[in-house]
Amino acid sequence: MSTCSVSKGCFVFKPKSKKRRIASTADYFNDSKNDSEDSGLRFATCESLWKQIKSETEQIQEELNKQLYDNIIRFLRQSHSEFQEKKTEWACRMKSSEIPTAALVLGVNVTDHDLTFKRLSEVLQDNVTPYVVSLQAKECPGIRYLLKKLMGQLMDCYVEDQSEEEEYVTVSKKRIRCSLDALTDWYECVTKKTGSETPSKKRTSPSHWQSPPVVVIFKDMESFTTKVLQDFIVISSQHIHELPLVLIFGIATSPMIIHRLLPHSVSSLLCIELFQCLSCKEHLGTVIDKLLLTTKFPFKLSEKVLQVLINIFLYHDFSVQNFIKGFQLSVVEHFYSQPLSVLCCHLPEAKKRVNSFSHEQCEHIRSLPSFRRYVESQVSEKQIALLTEDNFVKEVTWILLEDLHIYHENYFPVLKCLHIFTSSLPKYPLGKQIRELHCACLEKRVWETEEYESALQLVRMLCKADLVAMLQKCVKIFMSFPGKEFGNTVEKLEEFLSRFQNLEVAEASKVQDESISSQKELQKKTDLYHLQKTLLQLKESRRSKKLTKFEMLRFEVVDFIDSLVRNYLAPAEMQTLHEVVYFGAASTLCEHLNAAPRTALHTALNNPYFYLKNQALKSDAGCISNKAPDICIAYKLHLECGRLINLVDWLEAFSTVVTAVKGTDSDSVASDEVDEIIHARFIRAVSELQLLGFIKPSKQKTDHVAKLTWGGC
Amino acid sequence: MPTLEHPEYPEATLLHLESIMPCRESQMSTLLSVFGERQQYSFPSIFIYGHTSSGKTYVLQTLLKTLELPHVFVNCIECSTSRLLLEKILSQLQSLSSKTKHASHISCDTLNQFVCLFKQEIMAEELQNETIYIVLDKAEQLREMEANVLPAFLRLQELADRNVTVILVTEIVWELFRPNTGCFEPFTLYFPDYSIGHLQKILSHDHPPEYSADFYAAYINILLGVFYTVCRDLKELRHLAALNFSKYCEPVVKGEANERDTRRLWKNIESHLKKAMQTVYLREVSSSQWERLQQDDGEPGQVKGLSAHTHVELPYYSKFLLIAAYLASYNPSRSDKRFFLKHHGKMKRTTFLKKHEKTSNHLLGPKPFPLDRLLAILYSIVDKRVAPTGNIFSQISSLVTLQLLTLVGHDDQLDGPRYKCTVSLDFIRAIARTVNFDIIKYLYDFL
Repeated sequence: MSTCSVSKGCFVFKPKSKKRRIASTADYFNDSKNDSEDSGLRFATCESLWKQIKSETEQIQEELNKQLYDNIIRFLRQSHSEFQEKKTEWACRMKSSEIPTAALVLGVNVTDHDLTFKRLSEVLQDNVTPYVVSLQAKECPGIRYLLKKLMGQLMDCYVEDQSEEEEYVTVSKKRIRCSLDALTDWYECVTKKTGSETPSKKRTSPSHWQSPPVVVIFKDMESFTTKVLQDFIVISSQHIHELPLVLIFGIATSPMIIHRLLPHSVSSLLCIELFQCLSCKEHLGTVIDKLLLTTKFPFKLSEKVLQVLINIFLYHDFSVQNFIKGFQLSVVEHFYSQPLSVLCCHLPEAKKRVNSFSHEQCEHIRSLPSFRRYVESQVSEKQIALLTEDNFVKEVTWILLEDLHIYHENYFPVLKCLHIFTSSLPKYPLGKQIRELHCACLEKRVWETEEYESALQLVRMLCKADLVAMLQKCVKIFMSFPGKEFGNTVEKLEEFLSRFQNLEVAEASKVQDESISSQKELQKKTDLYHLQKTLLQLKESRRSKKLTKFEMLRFEVVDFIDSLVRNYLAPAEMQTLHEVVYFGAASTLCEHLNAAPRTALHTALNNPYFYLKNQALKSDAGCISNKAPDICIAYKLHLECGRLINLVDWLEAFSTVVTAVKGTDSDSVASDEVDEIIHARFIRAVSELQLLGFIKPSKQKTDHVAKLTWGGC
Repeated sequence: MPTLEHPEYPEATLLHLESIMPCRESQMSTLLSVFGERQQYSFPSIFIYGHTSSGKTYVLQTLLKTLELPHVFVNCIECSTSRLLLEKILSQLQSLSSKTKHASHISCDTLNQFVCLFKQEIMAEELQNETIYIVLDKAEQLREMEANVLPAFLRLQELADRNVTVILVTEIVWELFRPNTGCFEPFTLYFPDYSIGHLQKILSHDHPPEYSADFYAAYINILLGVFYTVCRDLKELRHLAALNFSKYCEPVVKGEANERDTRRLWKNIESHLKKAMQTVYLREVSSSQWERLQQDDGEPGQVKGLSAHTHVELPYYSKFLLIAAYLASYNPSRSDKRFFLKHHGKMKRTTFLKKHEKTSNHLLGPKPFPLDRLLAILYSIVDKRVAPTGNIFSQISSLVTLQLLTLVGHDDQLDGPRYKCTVSLDFIRAIARTVNFDIIKYLYDFL
């Protein structure tokens, strides 16, 4: 550093106060390799889109759980009214007083529970009681910790409730020993206070009940130790008369766990009622329906990405939260990696943005595979125009985007309509859930698949009642979509329906006639030849009769549906400019969401070039290069050994590999002695392997280590 | 002729005591004679034991209260540490002696301190010439506190040099208490279980005011006939009696039968009680649900019990992980070759196993297995290729948190963790059916 001073000497420089920039997501977007002109815009679009999606998902969850919360509140109210009743009645006096308990079965998707419980306690706090405590098993290894946690949380809600009297609370907090006695005293004190003060000050919210119950939520019932639960229940049952306690057990597996955790003497102190949460598959169905199968959000997932997300859900965790997180990741990734994603917004906005496109961005459009395909299909003059004139490209893009929008508007109603037909077929050739059908349609032309063919065959065999019901449902679906496109379709469907109704009257009489006449013919006296002839005739007529009016109509209906499918359910990849709104990098998503740590470790150690990108490390798969890092050499050698590895042999092999090239000139040494440096390097490599968990020292044999892994990875 | 006699107390009180505590006369008289007169020194410590709800706590409490003896009553289960226990005793003593409540908190950490404070408390008051009783209910908790707590309480009289008697109430025998260093032997008193006659007498004792005692006694008789074989817990029986009584009275209320028509009433109630035994008694159906059913006259079958919901929905690979864990737990590891290799050759069950392994593995329970074996079995039973992704490993640990698997031994993940599968055969068969996996074919016991 330089100073303005002329004299020599020591100068003190105060370090410039560098503000450490916290790298935000926005910066990340800007730092990307892409030109930064539109990255800010893309980021803003991404954020606003995600905000919408997030609020939508929250709303979905709320609606789905509303029923459950209502049921729980009703249960609380009921059990609470029993508590408030004066215990003079004979039956009440005789009954042992049980602690009201709600067993809440939530399913195995533990990651989703947090949100449910959070919401539940909010709902309870708003409507029922300020005293809601939620406990986790890992916080309560013993009854003391449980009580401490319980009281801590309760006292806190007290403080929130009446902030002026904090002083009093802090004083009492210091003195209070964690016991239920103290809790009972506290409760008495609190309720008495609010009871006398509320009329004048109205501090507690009016929706709370008189002498509100204390709700204790055990978030993960399975993980609590038996002893803690038992003790807590026994103790609190002794105070139930003074302290209106209500327990909520969050159960992930099945309610049988209550019997497994609690002996009869304890469970007889509880009054358990069961509440079932909506299954996570239904939840996912709703989420997919509201997020993906709608034109509300411009962003779409391609078939492969959707398949990855659904597979993770079905195969691994059943967690809707994780699904939404995956969806979020794809949104971010799409806006980050696709420069044209700036157009992934609502149509009017997108048109505006197209108009302000620079030359470079037009080039981006030209380089899209789907756009190139489109160009090739045009006449040559237009091709040239498309490739040279930016303004013309903008115009075309404009139109194409509109087309894409219309395609989506048509796609979803027809998809839902087809789903109505296929979802009730035996063996579900096209899948039971609409998501499966959606994937099939996105993947390729669905009408070319065998499954579609067999599904149509089955539809052709449906009985009238089913068919009519389905048609009615379809009409409803088309009506609910605002697009004008389907005016004709609805008319056509309604025409079918009326024709079915007319058939009913006509056919009833006809069928009867025929059957009677044929039977009469049989009853006539005839010889064998004639009988045979008539029977043959009957058979023939039956075969040809297959096409009754109803059957004709049925064919017509099926053909109509087929034409709808062919017109509207073309896969998205066929659409020009689909890259703008569809996110297709399934492998990136997979890498992030379904990581394979063991495979990655194996690749790193087995083929260091993969990560280090050093040309010297490039080697054939089989041999061991001595240029590789020591740990890689040690690792490869250890793969060739059995369960127990002799360290001396290993060291020898190691030193052979390491000195392989030098071998020509160091022949002269040719001693058994291993170079000290190589020895040290070997030891370091081995201890690194031990740290990674590949080997451990074994007590079975001296100088041996045991291999902990098995197989190649 | 009263069975209880004591010069100290008036006969009327004793008679009253006898009437509210039937079937416990002999225990009461023993206690009274041990207590002696108010100012007399009693036995330093008394140990009372007996089965659940045999009236130990009730007898003691009523006795001490009715005779107005100075006493402290503490339930040890509420005191997880000795400090809590000691402070609780002291604070109760305080409120006992001084009628005016000044809630000055006493802190007391050690027994030594306790004895000093105890002496102070008594000195201050006019309790010096009466025996003070300290009752410790659920005394088995004392064994989990510091080693000196129990012996000190047993000879508190000597340590404090005051007229005090400590009474321990518990459900287990004295032999399980005695510390191996020896201690002062308390006076032990056993409360035997109530016989069916006793139960009948006690339960009939508190009949509802609207009905006659005979009517209620007949009801109790029917109730005991159904429940006596499974339940002798007085509290529970009383609860059940109260729950089902309205149903019993139903014909009488409707006017279909009179109170004497026992046969008819019996017919009406018996099946109902049996259903109650399968549901309410086991807490499959909660008491309030049961009452609601009775009011609505609905069939008890309408409400599904807790154990009806055994079905657990699991992700696809979790199902296979659980199946693999089950197979690893119940098959001997040497049989893996036979089940999971393609060319295993014939192996007969009897020839290749040691003698002790011939007994059913299902009788012996699950055995621990290492993680590698679990994964090896998983790879061979899943049709598709399973990548060892992080999700698979996290599923294993989430199965552990769901208590479907348990981690055996130390939880050092690096050192080859071992697991056990804790689900039942029925459960795993239901799971296997959903993925079309014939688990019986892979189980060694069913070969």
